[in-house]
Amino acid sequence: MTAHAPSERLAKEAQGASPAGASSMLTLAIDNMHCGGCLRSVERAALKVRGVETARASLSAKRVSIVYDPERAGAGDLIDALKGAGFAAAPIEAAKEDRDDARQKYLLRRVAVAGFAAMNIMLISVAVWSGEASDMDLTLATAFRWLSALIALPTVAYAGQPFFVSALGALKGRRLNMDVPISLAILLATAMSLYQTMRGSEQVYFDAAVSLLFFLLVGRFLDETLRMRARGEAQNLLSLQSGIATIIEPGGAHRMVPAHALRPGDHLLVATGERVAADGVVLAGTGQIDQSLITGETAPLTVRAGHEVYAGTLNLTRPLQIEVRAADSATLLAEIGRLMLAAEQGKARYRRLADRAAAIYAPAVHGLGLATFLGWLLAGASWQTALTYAIAVLIITCPCALALAVPAVQIAAASRLFRRRIIVKAADGLERIAEADMVVFDKTGTLTLGRPELLDDDRISDSVLAGASSLAAASRHPYARAIVQAAEKRLGSVMPQSGIEETPGLGLARSSPEGEERLGSAEYCGIDSGGEESEVWYRRGSDAPVRFRFADSVRSDAAELVASLRRQGYGLALLSGDRVAVVERIAREVGIETWSAELKPAGKIAWLDACANQGRKVLMVGDGLNDAPALAAAHASMSPASAADISQRAADFVFQGEKLAPVLEAIATGKKARSMALQNFTVAFVYNVICVPLAMAGVVTPLIAAIVMSTSSILVTANAARLAGRGRP
Amino acid sequence: MTALAWLVPVALLLGGLGLAAFLWALRSGQFEDLEGAAYRALEDELPEDEDHAG
Repeated sequence: MTAHAPSERLAKEAQGASPAGASSMLTLAIDNMHCGGCLRSVERAALKVRGVETARASLSAKRVSIVYDPERAGAGDLIDALKGAGFAAAPIEAAKEDRDDARQKYLLRRVAVAGFAAMNIMLISVAVWSGEASDMDLTLATAFRWLSALIALPTVAYAGQPFFVSALGALKGRRLNMDVPISLAILLATAMSLYQTMRGSEQVYFDAAVSLLFFLLVGRFLDETLRMRARGEAQNLLSLQSGIATIIEPGGAHRMVPAHALRPGDHLLVATGERVAADGVVLAGTGQIDQSLITGETAPLTVRAGHEVYAGTLNLTRPLQIEVRAADSATLLAEIGRLMLAAEQGKARYRRLADRAAAIYAPAVHGLGLATFLGWLLAGASWQTALTYAIAVLIITCPCALALAVPAVQIAAASRLFRRRIIVKAADGLERIAEADMVVFDKTGTLTLGRPELLDDDRISDSVLAGASSLAAASRHPYARAIVQAAEKRLGSVMPQSGIEETPGLGLARSSPEGEERLGSAEYCGIDSGGEESEVWYRRGSDAPVRFRFADSVRSDAAELVASLRRQGYGLALLSGDRVAVVERIAREVGIETWSAELKPAGKIAWLDACANQGRKVLMVGDGLNDAPALAAAHASMSPASAADISQRAADFVFQGEKLAPVLEAIATGKKARSMALQNFTVAFVYNVICVPLAMAGVVTPLIAAIVMSTSSILVTANAARLAGRGRP
Repeated sequence: MTALAWLVPVALLLGGLGLAAFLWALRSGQFEDLEGAAYRALEDELPEDEDHAG
C-alpha cells in the first residue's frame, strides 16, 4: 500500500525533485488558456497557493511550470487553485516532453551554426570566384580559401552530427538510408576541398558542403517541430482527460493525486459526475455508470460492490469507492491492449512515401557517383578531377526534395489542420488518409453525441413534462438530463423540487399533495412493459403512467458529411457494439446502407480485415475503448477529442468540437498534401534528369551544383508553403 | 582590394556576435513561449518572477 505517503509520491512524480527541503517542479497542462489575460490569471492563481515559489505559464504550449515546496503544497492543491480561477489543469509527465524539447533545440543550434557558416563562406566564395575573373591577388585568394576551411571544418564536424550518427546507425545495421549519401557527399566534399586548398588549387567547395548541410538541417528541424507540436498537443489532451483522482487514505483523509500516479491497491473516491480514473473493483456504494466510451452502449449500467469498473467510464448517480486493480489481469482493457498491439504490428509495415522513394534513390545515387568516378578514371582523367565530378553528382542528387520538401509539405498541412482544431498525431497519417477509399464510422460518440435525447416529445403534455422535469432536475442520469433539456426548450424553465429520493438503477420519487410522484424504470413505476432499456416512466398519484422514450442524438452535420463522402465516391459503413434496432435507426437517419451491430472489438477488426483483403483502404472514425483496436488496425484513423484516451493514442488524427466536418477537412488536406509532395518530387526529378547527365559529363562544378540544389530546395519549400494558407479560417 | 583583408574578418566577427546572441537566447529560454511573450509586453505589473524563468 502506497497511499499513506502521497506527498513522497508526488515529489517522485515531479521532475527535478532535489534533496530534502528543496523545491519540486510540476508541469500542468491548462485546457482553456487563450490570451494574455488568462496567462496572467493562471500565474497569479498558482502563486497564491502557499508554498509556491514561481509559476511560469506558456501560451504556445498551453502549460504552466510551477516550482513549489513539496512540504507545504501538493499537486492537488495547485490543480484546485487553478480550478477555482476557472482553468482545468492536469499534470504532465515531464521527462518525455523534455527529451523532445532537447532534440528540437539540438537541431535548432545546428541550423543556426550551419546558416551562419554557409552565409559567410558564400560571401568569401563569391569574392574569390569574381576575383578570378578580374585581378585578385593569388595569395589573397589562397588566404580566403584557408579562411573558408577554418569556418567549414568545425561547422561540418558540429552541424553534421545528426546525419553522421544516423548514417552510422544504418551502416551498423547493414542498411542504407538517406543519411548515408548525404554524409558521404558532405564528408567527401569537405575532405577533397581541404586537400585542394593545401595544394593551392582552385577546386575548393566548402561552400557547397556547408550550404547543403544547412538546407538539409532546415528540413530535419521542420520535421521535428511538426512531430513535437503534435505530441505535445496530444499529451495535453490525454492528461486533461485522465486528470486527477481522489485517494482515500487508510486514516480516512482524502487527497488528490494525478491519475497516472495511481497504483494498484489504492482506494479511490469517484464523485458523482466524475470519470473513473483507473480500472478497479467497486468496494462500496451502488450507482450507475455510463460505459458508452467502453462498449458503445448508451444505456447506463448499474454497479454495486464487487463489480468491475473501467477507466474512462462516467459515474452518474452516487459517489463510489473503488479499489484500483492492475490492468494486467484478464480485463477488457488487457484484451483490448493485446488486440491493439497485434493491429499496430500489422500497420508498422506501412512505409512512408519518402522512405519508399529513398529505397530506390539511395542505391541509385551511390551507383551514379561511383560510375562517374570510375568512368572518368577510365577516360584518363586524374583521380582529383574524377572525384570532383563524382562529388558534383552526389551533391546534385542529394535528396533535398525528399529531405526538405516532404517535411515542409507535412508541416504546412499540419498547421493548416491545427488551425481548424485537428491534431495530426502520426507523421505519416496525412499520407495514409489520402489513400483511403472507404470511411467506417463507430456509432456512439462518433456519429452521435453519445448523449440521449427525448423522442417524440409532442406526445407528452406540458404538465406531465413540467412534473417529470422537476423530479429529473435532481439527478445526473443522462435520461433525467434529457428530460430537463426538453422541458427547458419547451417550457422555458424547470422548477426544481426538494425532498426527492433517488434509488440508483431504478428512479426518483417524491411525495406531493396529489400523491407520490415517481420517475424511473417500468418496474419502479409498477408497470410490466417488457423491460425495454431506453425508456423511463412517469407516474403521478393514481394518474395513468406516461412513457418517455430516448435515443442518442446524431451530430448535427452527420447526414451532410455522409452525403458529401458518398458524392466523392467513398465506401461507407457503420460498425457498432450497440443493439441492432438502435444501429439500424441511426444508419437510416444518416444514410449509411452498410452497417453491422453488436460487434465486439475483435469483430470490428475482423470486419476491417475483410475490407483490407478486398483491397480497400479504410479510414476508421471512432471514439470508444472498443474502437481502439479497430483504429489501430485501419489504414488511417480519426478520433474526437472526447474519445477514450487509449483511442486517442491509437488514432492518427484527433479533432475537437461537436461537428464531424473535420473528417472532410482532414481527407481534403491529406489529398492536397499528397499532390503537393508529388509536385515536389516531379520538380526534383526534372531537375535531376537535366543536371545529373551534365554533372556526370563534368560540366557542373560542385559550387554550381550547390547553388542549383539550393534553388530547387527553395522552390519546393515555397510550393509547400502554399498549403498552409494565411490567417485563421 | 586590401580593404577586404580586414573587412572580411570584421564581417565574420559581427556575424559571429549575431550567432552567439541567438545561441544565448535559445539557451536562456527566450523562444519558449512565442505567443505569450507578445502579451507579457503589455503587462503593467513588474515581472517579479522573471529572473527564475528558463
